[in-house]
Amino acid sequence: MYRYDEFDQGFVKARVTEFRDQVERRLAGEITEDQFKPLRLMNGVYLQLHAYMLRVAIPYGTLNSTQLKMLAHIARTYDKGYGHFTTRQNVQFNWPALSDIPAILDELASVEMHALQTSGNCIRNVTADHFAGAAADEIADPRPYAEILRQWSSVHPEFSYLPRKFKIAVTGAERDRAAIQTHDIGLHLKRSAAGELGFAVYVGGGQGRTPMIAKKIRDFLPEQHLLAYATAILRVYNLYGRRDNKYKARIKILVHETGTEELTGWIEKEFEALKDGELTLPDADVQAIKAYFAPPNLPSRPDGDALLREAQADDRNFGAWLRRNVTTHRNPEYAAITIALKGTGEAPGDATAEQMDAIAQIAEEYGANEIRVSHEQNLILPHVARADLKAVYDRLVEFDLHAANAGLITDIISCPGLDYCALATARSISVAQDISHRFASLERQEAVGELKLKISGCINACGHHHVGHIGILGVEKKGSELYQVTLGGSADENTSIGEIVGRGFSAEEIGPAIETIVETYISWRESPEETFLQAYRRLGAAPFKEALYGADAKAA
Amino acid sequence: MKVLTANRLTNGEAVWLAGDHSWAVTLQAAEVALDEATEEKLARAGTAALLKNEVVDVALIDVELDSGALRPVRLRERIRAAGPTNRRDLGKQAELQIAVAA
Ligand code: SF4
Repeated sequence: MYRYDEFDQGFVKARVTEFRDQVERRLAGEITEDQFKPLRLMNGVYLQLHAYMLRVAIPYGTLNSTQLKMLAHIARTYDKGYGHFTTRQNVQFNWPALSDIPAILDELASVEMHALQTSGNCIRNVTADHFAGAAADEIADPRPYAEILRQWSSVHPEFSYLPRKFKIAVTGAERDRAAIQTHDIGLHLKRSAAGELGFAVYVGGGQGRTPMIAKKIRDFLPEQHLLAYATAILRVYNLYGRRDNKYKARIKILVHETGTEELTGWIEKEFEALKDGELTLPDADVQAIKAYFAPPNLPSRPDGDALLREAQADDRNFGAWLRRNVTTHRNPEYAAITIALKGTGEAPGDATAEQMDAIAQIAEEYGANEIRVSHEQNLILPHVARADLKAVYDRLVEFDLHAANAGLITDIISCPGLDYCALATARSISVAQDISHRFASLERQEAVGELKLKISGCINACGHHHVGHIGILGVEKKGSELYQVTLGGSADENTSIGEIVGRGFSAEEIGPAIETIVETYISWRESPEETFLQAYRRLGAAPFKEALYGADAKAA
Repeated sequence: MKVLTANRLTNGEAVWLAGDHSWAVTLQAAEVALDEATEEKLARAGTAALLKNEVVDVALIDVELDSGALRPVRLRERIRAAGPTNRRDLGKQAELQIAVAA
C-alpha cells in the first residue's frame, strides 16, 4: 500500500502542530467558538450529542495491521473502547475530549494517518471497491488512481472552498461495489478496445434530500487525463455551482438544473484547454504509484480445497460462513473474506478495541497485513489462503466476529442516528437492532436471500437508505420517531433510487412492517433464485402496499 | 418549563445550568424556569458562560415533570440526558447506574 514520503510526513505533522496550537488557544479562551469551529472541522472534529466526535480518514478504505492496531489503541486510551466504521470507509470515535485530540492526531500521524478533509466543503476521502487488488472480476486495481486523486485533492488551493462537499469513488470491475453512481464523480476503470486503461466518467450522483443517479458524461477517458478531466469538472462546479442555498449546492443540482448535455459541453471545453498540459499524468509517476499497490507475494497453497471439504463437513456454521462471507480471489488458492460487524443486535459498523486488535493480528498472521473497510460497514481481509480459512474462522469466533450474514438482511447499513448524531431526527441503530433480532435465524436469512437494508436517521442519508433494496428513513413527526420505507433502491451498476411505499411507521411498527415486506416478497417471488430486488422490479410496489396498508393502500 | 443545556468546551460533555450557576452533569440538578423572567435569566447566564468559554451549543429546552423527575420533551434531549439507547453502559445513564450500585 501507499507509504508516506518525507513531504507527506512533514505536511501531516505540521498540520497536527498547527491544530494543537489552535486547540490550546481555544481552551485558553483566545479564540471564540465561531472562529474555532471551521478550524476543528477541517481537522475532522465534530460536536455531537454527548461529546466531540473525531472522524479519521481511511483513504479508499485501505489499512495495514499497524494502523488498525493504532485505531484500537486510540479507542482504548482516549475513547470508550470502540470505534464506528462508516459508509465513507472512515472511522469515527464518539467520545474524545477536545484537549486530547492533538495527542490522538500525533499518534495517528505516527502510522501515516490523519483526519484532514473528513469535513468541510472540499474533496473528501476518495472511496474505492473494498475488494480492490483481490477481486477475480477486476480489470485493474482502482486504488493507485484513488491515491493520485487523494494527492491532487489534498489542500488543493482552488478546491478547498467549494460550494459544498465533494465525493469521488472509483471501481475497477464491471460489478460496482463502490456505489460510484451515487457520488459527485464516479469513475469506472476499464480497458478500451485497444487495451488502453481509462475511465468511464459519471457526474452528479448523490443522496441526501434530493437523491440523483450520476450521469455518464464520458465513455472512455484515457488514464493520463484523469487529473485534467477531474480539474475541468471541479472548475466548472466551483464556478457555476450554487452558493445561495446549501441544499442546492451539490453538483447533482448543477447537473440537474443545467442539463447533462450542456454541462458536459462546459466540462469538455475546460478539458480541451487543460488537456496535454501540466496535469497530464506522466507514465513513470503512474507506475511509481502503482508499485505501492503491487499485489502481495502470495505463496502457493494448493491444499485449500481438500481442507475446506473436510472442515465444512465437520462444522455447519463454518459452511454457512464460507457461503456468505468468502469472495472469489483472482488467485484461485486465495479468497477475500468479509468480517461482518453485524452480529445479532449489534450496532452496524461498531468494533471494540479488542476486536480491532484481533483482526489486525489475524491480518498479520494470515492476511498479508492488509485490511479494508467496506462502505457497507464491514472489515475485509482481502488476501487469505483458502487453506487458512478454517483457522481464520476459528479465530473470528473467539472474538464474536463470525456473523455469516454478508449480503443478507441483517448485514444492515445504519448511520449513528439520534443515539449520537446532532443532526439526526430519529434513531437508526435501534431499528437495525430490532430487525437484526427478528431475522436472527441464519436459516431464515438464507431463505430470504440477498437483501440490502439501509437505514438513515435523517434526510442527509449517510445510511444510504435511498439505494437500499429496502430503505428506512427516520424522521421526527409531532415529537415522535416516524420511519418512512422505500423499496427498490440499489447502489450497484444498475443504480436506482427507492420509491416511498406509503405512510410511515412508528418505532414499534417498523420492525413488523419490514417482516411484512419480506414475507410478501417470499410469497410472490417466482423462485428462491429471484432476489428481492428482481422481484420488486418485476412486481412494482402494489403487492407490498396491499400487504402493508390493506384496503387503505390506495389512499396511502 | 425550560432548562438551559450546553456542552462543556473541554470534553463536549452534556451539561445543564444549576441554580448555583455551576454546570451540572445531570439534568435533575438543573434550575427550572417556570416563567419568562427566569428563562431570560437562564439565557443570559448561558450567553455569559459562552463568552467565558466554559461551554458551547447553549440552548433552552422544554422539560416536563414525570413522576417527580425532570424529563425533556424531545427525544433528542432525553438521549443527551441519558446516553445512547443502544449502550446503557455509556453516558450519564452508566454513571447513574454506578452511583446506584455503590
Ligand atoms: S444520516 Fe443524518 S442522522 Fe444519520 S449520521 Fe447522517 S446526519 Fe446523522
